[in-house]
Amino acid sequence: MIVSIASGKGGTGKTTLALLLAAVRPDATLVDCDVEEPNCHLFLKPFRIVEQQVSVMRPSFNAELCDGCGKCANVCLYNALAVTGKQVLLFDELCHGCGGCILACPHGAVAETVKPIGAVCTGVVTEKNGTGTKLIDGLLNVGAPTASPLIKAMKEDFLAEGNIIVDCPPGTACSLVAAVAGSDYCLLVTEPTPFGLHDLGLAAGVVKILGIPAGVVINKSDGGAGDATVADWCAREKIPVLARIPHSEAFAREYAEGRISPEFLTIAGEIWSKLGQGGDDR
Amino acid sequence: MKELVVLSGKGGTGKTSISAALAFLAPDKVLADCDVDAANLHLLVGALQRESHEFFAGFAPDFKTEECLHCGKCTTLCRFKAIEDGVITSPFACEGCGVCAFNCPAHAISMRDKKAGLWLVSDTRFGTMVHAELGLAVENSGKLVSKVRQEAKKLAEKQQAPLIITDGPPGIGCPVIATVTGADLVLAVVEPSLSAMHDLERLRSLCGHFKTPVAVCINKATLSTANTRSLKDLLATNQVPVVGEIAYDGVFRSAVRSGRTVMETDNTAVQESILELWFNLSALLGVNRDESIVHKLDRKLRLFAGWA
Repeated sequence: MIVSIASGKGGTGKTTLALLLAAVRPDATLVDCDVEEPNCHLFLKPFRIVEQQVSVMRPSFNAELCDGCGKCANVCLYNALAVTGKQVLLFDELCHGCGGCILACPHGAVAETVKPIGAVCTGVVTEKNGTGTKLIDGLLNVGAPTASPLIKAMKEDFLAEGNIIVDCPPGTACSLVAAVAGSDYCLLVTEPTPFGLHDLGLAAGVVKILGIPAGVVINKSDGGAGDATVADWCAREKIPVLARIPHSEAFAREYAEGRISPEFLTIAGEIWSKLGQGGDDR
Repeated sequence: MKELVVLSGKGGTGKTSISAALAFLAPDKVLADCDVDAANLHLLVGALQRESHEFFAGFAPDFKTEECLHCGKCTTLCRFKAIEDGVITSPFACEGCGVCAFNCPAHAISMRDKKAGLWLVSDTRFGTMVHAELGLAVENSGKLVSKVRQEAKKLAEKQQAPLIITDGPPGIGCPVIATVTGADLVLAVVEPSLSAMHDLERLRSLCGHFKTPVAVCINKATLSTANTRSLKDLLATNQVPVVGEIAYDGVFRSAVRSGRTVMETDNTAVQESILELWFNLSALLGVNRDESIVHKLDRKLRLFAGWA
């Protein structure tokens, strides 16, 4: 099954949970879709076996064939083209690579070219960290505006076999959608604070629109009023709370230095069991 | 007028908490929350909404199904696999490019403006705030961010406020790019964890690309003294000023839970650290720091033992 981990709010513990789940199921593949700021590799230190560059389509303009008619710019709904005389200026950061300008040009003056936006790395974790866990991570080039094309390319590249854990980016916009799409279940990681709950509501909304069943993991739980507020919200929204991971400064200190301490591995195992009950029915 | 943008790279390092604390301290300012798809600043500054505006960005196709010839041209031409034979099969895949509309032989498709969210103006305990709500799962967050900043600038000009404090989003993608461009100073809030330090380097690279100066605040500094030390060394080597250092403290969590900034709690140690941060930032930005804030806090702070 493909289980994605989202949150809305940054820093609630998505990567932490992804690493915990991978630690108890070393046969799982971990896909780090937080391509703007991937972190899984810092903990797993995989051997990089394959690095594949990912590019997007961009138009290129042949000045000799261009007559300055401006039809390319007219059809560009992103305002990514400006035509002056026979010079066509492309605002790359606005271009979506839709090919509309290529189709619109009556003189065949627009061709396709590619622009690299990042890379996908496939590696295997060393025995010391977890036998054979495969890590697929994406790294967006600094300055490239959109993560979605890279995330989509990552997901096209791997075969959906066995258990796949998808570590998603923060936020509730298009890059989250690209990361969560196609998963069988989404674990929503929250913290028991007003920030966590506010953004959990948004993330849950996205996942619901996509028709993906979801469950909540309350991280940094302290059994107090914050937990109760989250639990009440989940009950009202009919989203199950699958686990509570206690707030632990000791865990945070280890994590800061790149280590996952074993205190929460049992909880991770319990989450797998609960997912197994739901996942097998699909 | 100067704009201070608070970013981090990694989420959860304390951008919003620190933005709110600076909002408490800065005398004349306008606030902007550019984390448009997961906005939190309003939860700490007591926002009372007074204006709400629809925000349109991008397009979506409308179909006259009775005119569809079922030629399949739209299916073939769509590069985003969003449409099949005149029907949008994956609404989230559609990027509103209009290729289907422009090339339909029956002219059965037209493009309409797409509502992408709302931008809002609120009154808060610390002044006016411009913020936004991006529609769920929507694109064009960068455009909404630009709109928020534009409106914040207009307000600051109108109010003759010398400073805009902008709480930014995590990551380094288009909403962050839209937040960074043209800012006077980026305050990068980092925690001493390998994750945050890795992410900070990518953020610094992005800011360098846009020639925006960066200053760093190390939050939760006592979480790992070893990492705080190596972080300081790295930043010193790269001539990046460290303008603040705040210990790991549960007051941040308790303040968020009570809807207050940390400056409104009893924690004098954290408050001293943030005061020092504010004094350093105001000096870098060249804005008035309002020394009467010391008396406003109504505490005998060790830092100001010699003051009247």
